[in-house]
Amino acid sequence: MALTAVEIYKFLPKTNCGDCGVATCLAFAMKLAQKQAALDECPHVTEEAKQELEGSAAPPMATVTVGRGERELKIGGETVLFRHDETFHNPCGLAVTLDTSLPDEQIQQRIEQLEAARYDRVGFMLGVDLIALQDGGDGRLAQGARLAGEHSSLPLVLMSTDAGAMKAALEVCADGRPLLCGATTDNIEAMLPLAKEYNCPLVLTADSLESLVPLSETAAEAGSDQLFLDTGAQEIGRIQSDQTIIRRMALNKKFRPLGFPTLVACSAADPTQQMLQACSAIAKYAGIVVVDVADDEYLLPLVTARMNIYTDPQKPIQVEPGIYPVGEPDEDSPVLITTNFSLTYYLVEGDTMASKVPAHILAVDTNGTSVMTAWAAGDLTAEVIAEHIEKFDIADKVSHKTLVLPGGVAVLQGKLEEEAGWEVKVGPRESSAIAQFFREQGWAAK
Amino acid sequence: MELELPIEQWSDSVSTVVLGATSEDGGTRTSTVTLGGAATLPFLDFEGEAPNPPVLAMEVLDTEPEGWPEPLAAPFGDVLGDPAAWAARCVEEFDADLICLKLIGADPLRRDASPDECAETVRKVLDAIGVPLIIWGCGDYDKDNEVIPVCSQVAAGERCLLGTAREDNYRTIAASALADGHLVIGESPLDISIQKQVNILLTEQGVPGDRIVMYQVTGAVGYGVEYAYSILERTRLAALTGDTMLGMPMVSIVGSEAWKAKEAWMEEPAWGSLERRGILWEAATAELFLLAGTDMVIFWHPEALKHTRWLAKDLSKS
Ligand code: B12
Ligand code: SF4
Repeated sequence: MALTAVEIYKFLPKTNCGDCGVATCLAFAMKLAQKQAALDECPHVTEEAKQELEGSAAPPMATVTVGRGERELKIGGETVLFRHDETFHNPCGLAVTLDTSLPDEQIQQRIEQLEAARYDRVGFMLGVDLIALQDGGDGRLAQGARLAGEHSSLPLVLMSTDAGAMKAALEVCADGRPLLCGATTDNIEAMLPLAKEYNCPLVLTADSLESLVPLSETAAEAGSDQLFLDTGAQEIGRIQSDQTIIRRMALNKKFRPLGFPTLVACSAADPTQQMLQACSAIAKYAGIVVVDVADDEYLLPLVTARMNIYTDPQKPIQVEPGIYPVGEPDEDSPVLITTNFSLTYYLVEGDTMASKVPAHILAVDTNGTSVMTAWAAGDLTAEVIAEHIEKFDIADKVSHKTLVLPGGVAVLQGKLEEEAGWEVKVGPRESSAIAQFFREQGWAAK
Repeated sequence: MELELPIEQWSDSVSTVVLGATSEDGGTRTSTVTLGGAATLPFLDFEGEAPNPPVLAMEVLDTEPEGWPEPLAAPFGDVLGDPAAWAARCVEEFDADLICLKLIGADPLRRDASPDECAETVRKVLDAIGVPLIIWGCGDYDKDNEVIPVCSQVAAGERCLLGTAREDNYRTIAASALADGHLVIGESPLDISIQKQVNILLTEQGVPGDRIVMYQVTGAVGYGVEYAYSILERTRLAALTGDTMLGMPMVSIVGSEAWKAKEAWMEEPAWGSLERRGILWEAATAELFLLAGTDMVIFWHPEALKHTRWLAKDLSKS
């Protein structure tokens, strides 16, 4: 919570000496409140007051950076419990484990598998965000880190409770700012200096919520603020409670020791159960989830669910309204009408692409709503479509005068023929049937 | 260290709705199902009671489904053309708490099945199972108004759940439910104020709050969850903060929604095993809705139900 000028003023020396460049302490407080000045511009402020002011200005949940460069992740910094109040800002990172006691070739294969686990969804590439190297206690963590560095640019999580193994791995990969996972009650004295020396974020792992607090306090005393919290919960009920308690303590109670993003390591033996563990953690507040499962059918629902949870429900993801080519359409190619809701547009685009019939797609501005939603809301009407045909000069792109409507809005056919003066064909309800529709209509694949 | 838990003081709870009537209550069901009653957000037992675990239903169609992908059709073998046998299998082999019979065949754009034919199906399904029944119309307003009353009558006294009542189509269904001792599903298109309006209309017509279940059209992972999740969450919050006209339990359809997603059925090697994908899609969808606050989930695939049964148990552990 930002402080008001009056609240800040209480902490200032109230001598109005003017050394800060403004005439009075109150005027300086006002500049601070508006973030137009920095506290250290007043040379007289006490150490105590400084701490109070800086503490209360800090966000209730820290933002922690993992990795470096293009694929670095910013995690945490969340400000709400419910996404309808604002939105969740920094998508939960998905980490998949890699057992470093495997032989080198298998490590390499696994890395390739994780790099390849990328899925195109409504114009975004979704996939694995981190590789979690698991120390098998055989001195090979560093070798795993080396191989990962050679074959992948994904940020790393180093999973070991052995400070020696951790240090050896850090010698190899510290530049990439890996996440150290982690510190426990038993090894925190050794892990904290490592995190500091190599400037890496650190996970605090406890076996309960209560025992996390003293760990976090120890870390704070050592000056660490790039932390993740892990309560070790496995039962999904406990994941839900722990994550909720941590988020509420941080945001509602401003309880510093729990003001950090969390990590949930899912380890159910059954892969579906593990996916359900991870999915519950994604929905409720985890900063990073770690899973062992790496098969696409488990990862795909996870990354899709994550995208949904981190999409702002107030602002649907949209494409620019306009006419888009699929393949290399010419003047004989079909013209398909759809909306500018990203989900709708990309489904239609993908299915059209799969049909191998080059086509023009007209994405009508429906404020980013789906076909049926737009129709029900009166945003997809014959008039609106006709305006778009005019505006984007479709007649200039094709030599025929035929449009294809989504099957769901077949009722618009007659009116649209009238409004636009084009022949209107009703396509299938689902875009997945477009290929078949083209075949029936005699539009040839190229 | 003792942490002082951040417990929210909720002023109200979700109402409790009982489906099915046994012989004691004048019906022929051998078991009943209780929905709702939670006095906290989902699965936070440090905060309050949620006396009734999530209810897991399975959907049965009155018309043999066409074009079901192999992984979805396989577990049902040869019963997909026989609603009564299909329903019995769901209960006996697949552990469904109750059955949702969808009368899609009544749709004039499909088979245009007559009200009497629908009622006959309802009777057969009721005879084949001991668990409670949901009777869900075809979605065509006018046809549902003809079909539901006849189906309601053959099921009189069984305390079935009838659906769906909408803002501009609630009177007939509400009247049938009142006359024959059933309950009503109030439907809205993902819109809390419309949902509230539907509930108010139903209540004004005499349907008490403990006989209403809310259905807020849902969607699946990747296809509307970004909206549905928050709508369900907001509805549950409204119930807990004393808005009795949004205090009823909620039902979510996941089977038919999840299997619409092409991730569930499309051949695509980059997406992994087609055998499992649809099941996982359905299970993940069910999970998100349960976490957001739904009280009952309606499945298609028995494996998705099985995984969710495990989930419900695991969710009660803390
Ligand atoms: C999510 C959702 C919403 C979200 C909006 C999401 C968005 N950005 O559009 C919210 C919550 C905001 C919403 C609001 C409303 N909604 Co709404 N919503 C849904 C829901 C659950 C999913 C829609 C969706 O995303 N579908 C996925 C997309 C990809 O589908 P699509 O755009 O139709 O595209 C497919 C096909 O049409 C086809 N296709 C698309 N383009 C083309 C082109 C060609 C050439 C071809 C051949 C095919 C084709 O292929 C695509 C893939 O299969 C549906 C119910 C459902 N489960 O479907 C209701 C639904 C669409 N909504 C409905 C309604 C009534 C509304 C409201 C009007 C309710 C209200 N009064 O508040 C409002 C309108 C809001 C407004 N004023 O803007 C109704 C529409 C009823 C009808 N048949 O007319 C539905 C069907 C729910 C219902 N059963 O009642 N909704
Ligand atoms: S320098 Fe400090 S003490 Fe002096 S006027 Fe500015 S705020 Fe007040």
